[in-house]
Amino acid sequence: MAAIIEVQHVNKAFGGLQVINDCSIQVEKGSITGLIGPNGAGKSTLFNIIAGALPLDSGRILLDGDDITNQPANALFHRGLLRTFQIAHEFSQMTALENLMMVPPAQSGENLFAAWFTPGLVRSEEAEVRRRALEVIDFIGLHHVRNELAGNLSGGQKKLLELGRTMMTDARVVLLDEIAAGVNRTLLGDLVTNIERLNREMGYTFLVIEHDMDMIARLCDPVIVLAQGSVMVEGSIEEIQNNPEVIEAYFGAAS
Amino acid sequence: MNELVFFINNVVIAGSVTGSIYAIGAVGVTLIFSIMRFAHFAHGDMMTFGAFMVLLLASAFPGAGAAFGVPAALVLLPVAMALTALLAVGIDRAFYKPLRAHGVKPIVLVIGSLGVTLMLQGLIRLFSGTGGSSLYVDDRKEIFRLALPFEGVRAPVVITEPQLWLFGITLVAVVGLHLFLTRSRLGKAMRAMSDNPDLAQASGINTNTIVAVTWVIAGGLAAIAGTLLSLDVTFKPDLSFFLLLPIFAAAIVGGVGHPFGAVAGGFVVGFAETLAVFNWSVLLRPFRDSLPEWLTQAGNLAFVGTEYKIVVPFFILVVILVWRPTGIFKGKVI
Repeated sequence: MAAIIEVQHVNKAFGGLQVINDCSIQVEKGSITGLIGPNGAGKSTLFNIIAGALPLDSGRILLDGDDITNQPANALFHRGLLRTFQIAHEFSQMTALENLMMVPPAQSGENLFAAWFTPGLVRSEEAEVRRRALEVIDFIGLHHVRNELAGNLSGGQKKLLELGRTMMTDARVVLLDEIAAGVNRTLLGDLVTNIERLNREMGYTFLVIEHDMDMIARLCDPVIVLAQGSVMVEGSIEEIQNNPEVIEAYFGAAS
Repeated sequence: MNELVFFINNVVIAGSVTGSIYAIGAVGVTLIFSIMRFAHFAHGDMMTFGAFMVLLLASAFPGAGAAFGVPAALVLLPVAMALTALLAVGIDRAFYKPLRAHGVKPIVLVIGSLGVTLMLQGLIRLFSGTGGSSLYVDDRKEIFRLALPFEGVRAPVVITEPQLWLFGITLVAVVGLHLFLTRSRLGKAMRAMSDNPDLAQASGINTNTIVAVTWVIAGGLAAIAGTLLSLDVTFKPDLSFFLLLPIFAAAIVGGVGHPFGAVAGGFVVGFAETLAVFNWSVLLRPFRDSLPEWLTQAGNLAFVGTEYKIVVPFFILVVILVWRPTGIFKGKVI
């Protein structure tokens, strides 16, 4: 099994607070790896470091064997590393459909000269992007609000839009940051099916932060438990659930 | 009818000229704000720099215009725009980018730009001197006098060649910018970044490129505004600096971060200024017989004296911000 993401001995402190402490994890290619841990364990910080949104103090991050330490998020996007945000982000002044259409990389329209001198090519590519965006928006069940400004969507709908964004381009690894929070149960089922399908059919690798243990149990294998900035234990969901250390960390000495 | 011509010359044309200059300046200020979230004080001096480049180029190639039948300054304007864009990107790399990299608060950038203002102004003064000089080096400013085909009209409508160019170029610049922002992918990426920079970056948009493009556009527009202003009056190293406050007022009135708001704001402020200093007693002259004596006796019926012109934009600013706190158009995002 080859690792697609390798985090090697990463440290990160905010002021005097050591949030990530000599943390090393591996995400196997083609897996749906869960990342859990009590509040303040450093899950989101680690995510932000991998996604290039935060500089790290020391350590290395590899994507498919290439060193991507401290590369900006936009460069990682073009290498196929995508992320969603814990608090759903959207382009509030664009419609849901336009939000999806912002994503696809490497279009000729991005090049100034192409935009002015080959409008035909740009237009046909745009039509292709629009077709794909319409498919995706159908898939995530937001077809009826596709022409609403994204800023007016509900929290759950914005989460779906986040997932939709990762489906617009050919990703290799997707970092999902609490994608289920604020999404209702029915949609959640779709979401899980959807993630599994992307994993199975498109070969996406997922690294998932989640508080919903049902969803972790359904989706993820293996599961990594983070505590105080480093890996406490790693294994299948059964192993994790029966591990006394994990029970201790989650429920405290009282249990 | 002569009074009407007087009104056209002193309000319609003068207001459009001021309004156009403010509009182009305010669009640049508003774009920079929407992408980088700070008020760029050195904008006036970027305008001056553009005009100064035209002055230098026109002095070096005074015959450049003759081949096209237009003033040399206009033929050389694109070169000056490119140079000003280069200066804008250079200033960003040298002064603002290191500040941004440290994650400073916007106010630090504002103060930094104040420093750039002083530096640019000093540099330009060093080379141009403090006096005025005409951008018409080897050619002559055409003045069109259009007589209206009505009986008893003696005074002509007066409009100069640079004023006509100003209206034309303003229109082209505004329409061009609109198409760029709504149609091209790069323009959409700019809108995306002004909306949500984190998400833009996570969507593969190179935010450094967008910042550079913003400076290129702002620099180019500043060169246009500065040059056309100097063509209309004359080149002086502090001319555009004194327009900075009305330009900011225009950007805020229109809704900061909104290019069309900036255009609207520019014309609102421009016309408000000219209307405020216009002597209304001239327009009342034809109705002399039917008006009360105290009104006809007054020699000057302007709202404020010309020396208080600079107060007008702030008055407008206060009124609009009370009535509509986010500006005429809802601001913040392109």
